Amino acid sequence: MKYIQSSVEQVRLLERFSNKSTSGTLHLTATHLIFVESNNAATTAAQEIWILHHHIASVEKLSLTTSGCPLVIQCRNFRVVHFVVQRERDCHDIYSSLLRLLRPVSYDELYAFSYNPKQNEQQREEGWQLIDLGAEFERMGVPCDRWQLTDVNRDYKICETYPRDLYVPITASKPIIVGSSKFRSKGRFPVLTYFYQEKKAAVCRCSQPLSGFSARCLEDESMLQAISKANHNSRFVYVMDTRPKLNAMANRAAGKGYENEDNYSNIRFQFVGIENIHVMRTSLQKLLEVVGSRFLSVNDYLLGLESCGWLRHVKAVVDAAIFLTKAVTVEGASVLVHCSDGWDRTAQVCSLGALLMDPYYRTIKGFMVLIEKDWISFGHKFADRCDQLDGDPKEVSPVFTQFLECVWQLTEQFPQAFEFSEWLLLQIHEHVHSCQYGNFLANNQRQREELQLGDRTHSLWAFLLREQQNYLNPAYCPTYADTHPVLEPSTLPCHFKFWRNMYHQFDRSMHPRQSVLKNVLTLKESNCKLEDTIKDLEARLQKHGISPPTPDPQASPRDQRILPTRPHSLILEAPLSRKEAQRQQEEEEEEVGEEVTECCSDTERTVEGSSGTERKESYSDLQGTYGAKAEPAVVSLEFGVARMTC
Amino acid sequence: MEFAELIKTPRVDGVVLRRPFLPTVEGTLCLTGHHLILSSRQDNTEELWLLHANIDAIEKRFVGSLGTIIVKCKDLRVIQLDIPGMEECLNIASSIEVLSTLDSVSLMYPLFYRPMFQVIEDGWKSFLPEDAFKDLESMTEEWRLSDVNKDYSVCSSYPPLVAVPKDVDDDTLRKAAAFRHGGRFPVLSYYHKKNGMVMMRSGQPLTGTNGRRCKEDEKLINATLRAGKRGYIIDTRTVSVAQQAKARGGGFESEANYPQWRRIHKAIERSSILQESLIKLVEACNDQSHSMDRWLSKLEASNWQTHVKEILTTACLAAQCIDREGASVLVHGTEGTDSTLQVTSLAQIILDPACRTIQGFQALVEREWLQAGHPFQQRCSQSAYSNSKPRCEAPVFLLFLDCVWQILRQFPCSFQFSQHFLVLLFEHTYASQFGTFMGNSASERSKLNLSQKTVSLWSWVNRPQEVERLSNPLYEANCLVIWPSVAPQSLLLWEGVFLRWKRSSRCLDEAYDEMVHIIQYNKELQNKVNNLRRQLAQLETEEPLLQTP
Repeated sequence: MKYIQSSVEQVRLLERFSNKSTSGTLHLTATHLIFVESNNAATTAAQEIWILHHHIASVEKLSLTTSGCPLVIQCRNFRVVHFVVQRERDCHDIYSSLLRLLRPVSYDELYAFSYNPKQNEQQREEGWQLIDLGAEFERMGVPCDRWQLTDVNRDYKICETYPRDLYVPITASKPIIVGSSKFRSKGRFPVLTYFYQEKKAAVCRCSQPLSGFSARCLEDESMLQAISKANHNSRFVYVMDTRPKLNAMANRAAGKGYENEDNYSNIRFQFVGIENIHVMRTSLQKLLEVVGSRFLSVNDYLLGLESCGWLRHVKAVVDAAIFLTKAVTVEGASVLVHCSDGWDRTAQVCSLGALLMDPYYRTIKGFMVLIEKDWISFGHKFADRCDQLDGDPKEVSPVFTQFLECVWQLTEQFPQAFEFSEWLLLQIHEHVHSCQYGNFLANNQRQREELQLGDRTHSLWAFLLREQQNYLNPAYCPTYADTHPVLEPSTLPCHFKFWRNMYHQFDRSMHPRQSVLKNVLTLKESNCKLEDTIKDLEARLQKHGISPPTPDPQASPRDQRILPTRPHSLILEAPLSRKEAQRQQEEEEEEVGEEVTECCSDTERTVEGSSGTERKESYSDLQGTYGAKAEPAVVSLEFGVARMTC
Repeated sequence: MEFAELIKTPRVDGVVLRRPFLPTVEGTLCLTGHHLILSSRQDNTEELWLLHANIDAIEKRFVGSLGTIIVKCKDLRVIQLDIPGMEECLNIASSIEVLSTLDSVSLMYPLFYRPMFQVIEDGWKSFLPEDAFKDLESMTEEWRLSDVNKDYSVCSSYPPLVAVPKDVDDDTLRKAAAFRHGGRFPVLSYYHKKNGMVMMRSGQPLTGTNGRRCKEDEKLINATLRAGKRGYIIDTRTVSVAQQAKARGGGFESEANYPQWRRIHKAIERSSILQESLIKLVEACNDQSHSMDRWLSKLEASNWQTHVKEILTTACLAAQCIDREGASVLVHGTEGTDSTLQVTSLAQIILDPACRTIQGFQALVEREWLQAGHPFQQRCSQSAYSNSKPRCEAPVFLLFLDCVWQILRQFPCSFQFSQHFLVLLFEHTYASQFGTFMGNSASERSKLNLSQKTVSLWSWVNRPQEVERLSNPLYEANCLVIWPSVAPQSLLLWEGVFLRWKRSSRCLDEAYDEMVHIIQYNKELQNKVNNLRRQLAQLETEEPLLQTP
């Protein structure tokens, strides 16, 4: 296959926010597009950029210029690279190869099926067993005297986008379930997603009813009645329609719609007004356009933030989650959440609400469980929304990205409440699009089983848990959950900020040059090592007959865990020692030095990042294999995440 | 005592104090000459001591006989006092109004304040120009300290001693001073040790419409150039503003008369516009509306972040000319007491690691703001809430602090101080018990004899416990030039000042404490390891000796 292997020399990489460029060689492998800076000076490490084909959202060939043929590549992880290829023919070759590569038509072509980390079969299987949703419902206290596990969907017959195991009120008989599912869009009838044990209040989810202008369904009404009856704390159940009222009303014309309060006894109906996937897609596109423009003024930036509406949408989702949380935790009422199909806005609101209500979901493992439950198992259409296969562009939407951003906004307000830092969110986002692990492939559980993902691919959760020390939030305080079991975020607009580390992840010049997070994390790890050293030294002293002084209560270890050594990969790959950082900074300064001629023109005074090594080692491993093998053996995705500091 | 006449009701019982995110306190309200005090009857609850000078504006409201006074402070805090009795409330309100707007310098609190702490080092003597010059002398012999301004007759806003090129005599300085706005002839602001380049600052040249020139002024600044080298003049105003200044006798250096200098115009706004910007920003931050669009458009309309970006950009430019191009720089705007100082002081933060220490930053503020004649008293007499028409008020220094905070955010390990220090300086420029920021120039401070009659803020700051409170636990000396990013996405709203009273800071404070704890614990452990190692090494070298004989 000609398009798989090729290298083009003398390619220039233009920096996104300055007038600088570097030249190097562009390699195309079966899985990656790799740019390697030519080593002009032996002292500085050559810059490398690795782009996974699945990450490429679009490739654009601009019109020919005197210096060559420009190629602009936009990635789903918000990386934008601008190459200039000298010969038009080479450019066209790369362009057409990429076009073919970035639009896989069948799941088998996805990286997850060829990705092979050095892992044995047992480890791989264990990875898939890490998260057990049955155990999660048990943790919530379900099944119990009011809620039970139903097997109606054992064979995906009632609803093919739901998981097999579903929890319903004990009083909801099979005919009620079947009847209700027929009255709901795509058969997604009301089921339990979170149980607030303290007040026995339930969060349930479903899709819109097929009510049209007047249709009703007694089974569906009984279903809601059953949900209401299962909670003695409240005489009514809230029905949250997360759509704007206008959208919901428009749906009535198509035979869908919303619950009529007159037909359902004891419900309180509420519209929330989160916009649909198309609005969100356009909004994020506009946002990226705004922040992607060079020499952006503060006023254009702020006006752009306003007019794209992204932060307003983010706030709407958080507001909805707060409404849900208050209804459940303060009023003790059960809540039924739906939107149109119940897999986008519903997933956002249910999962974010659970995150506010339950400290478990604010731990690393708990957060994975939450995503597994509300997003993966309940059938958020990851394949369509993230454009995994060449599909309908209208189905693509950053709904999950938006959810991650909502979580980030909360971590900013509650720096001690989350076990993980934003690196975990960024890494999850990276891999939702990388198609390197099986977790997010396809649209629902049924499809996943058909693809035998559990047998043929690896689980992201295992990978993340293995290196979880990189994702720890050093300020996390486990006892915070005792004093603040329920988070009450402020919804004042000034508390919602632009998530620079997500949308400019790869634009190093935008970021702080020193990272507090990384520094404190390193210190915390070093504390554990020092504690060990002290124990060791004291033991040796004891051999000399000197007993250790009585332990200073102040200096008692706060964190007993012994952390494994940090892998050299990842975001935190940045030099850990100050000296290295300084050396790099000096390099940076050198770079600025080259810019002096434009020093006095009216250009942006940003100082671009140094040319750090992104994955130097793996490249040297690979160098020999370019021509020979299609699949690079050691490639994992970590280099995709930019080193954002120093 | 004359204050007594101004206080109609010195004391009211049953007053309720309401503050956002804090429990309400009921107690007795007392007015003294300088303070509004509210103390609850219980012993251990906190007392509120508010300097009248900190009060920017008050509002009165009545519901029946219950009066409410809303006190808006210069540090942007807003508190509410519920006072039973209409007459009491009116009396208190009018007393506060009078006491908080006293114009007379002789009645200001610093002149009455007696320190409750032991002054270890007198801050008035901590940063003398002579001492600063000694450092310069150790690096270069090209400069001298001139006392041409010893009686403040050449330039009323300059200190008695200024550093000027060695080859230029006092007579030339006098003539150059006559050609510069406010007599502010070019003086040394910063010497870049790495390459010997310098940054100077001055007022605008008084070229007027007919293009006056002054040979002495030309000689003075040319004396700072190396042979064959060109320098840069950074005019903080746009070309058109600088052109307009000609009509009022001001102007800029023409290419013809200053052929060795390249002039660059930037666009830092004048002080009245900055004040308006602050008022709009604070208004936006206090808006209780939940509309995202409204917030963003108000933030945009305030233009505050635009000013931050423009000032930082200009400072980076100056720093770049010096460090990258190896050229000397002269910075001026109109008067040379506002935007000029923002640029010269920020450029030093970028270039000089010494300015990023606690002592060094104080020295910078002393040198580039206080000695350099920034009119603090005029600029800081009112803040964002005041209803009276602004005269000379402007948040020039606050903008400088904001810019420092932006750099601090981007290089969180390169500063010895934390943002607490910047917030503290912001507070003390607007209302203080210390004399440091009183007056508008060195000459005014000397006339008031402040160094004898008041305590210096630096005396207080430089006590060990305060230094520790203001320290940045992450600090590790970084000897490099630090270039901040000025992209709008990299600039943040300074929450520590503008949203400080708008949210509960407990979560953030606790997280910060946790970080401090991790760092301190690391130091403890490291010490312990070192001790144990030493102990062990000693034993291991001693023991063989014991065994051999």
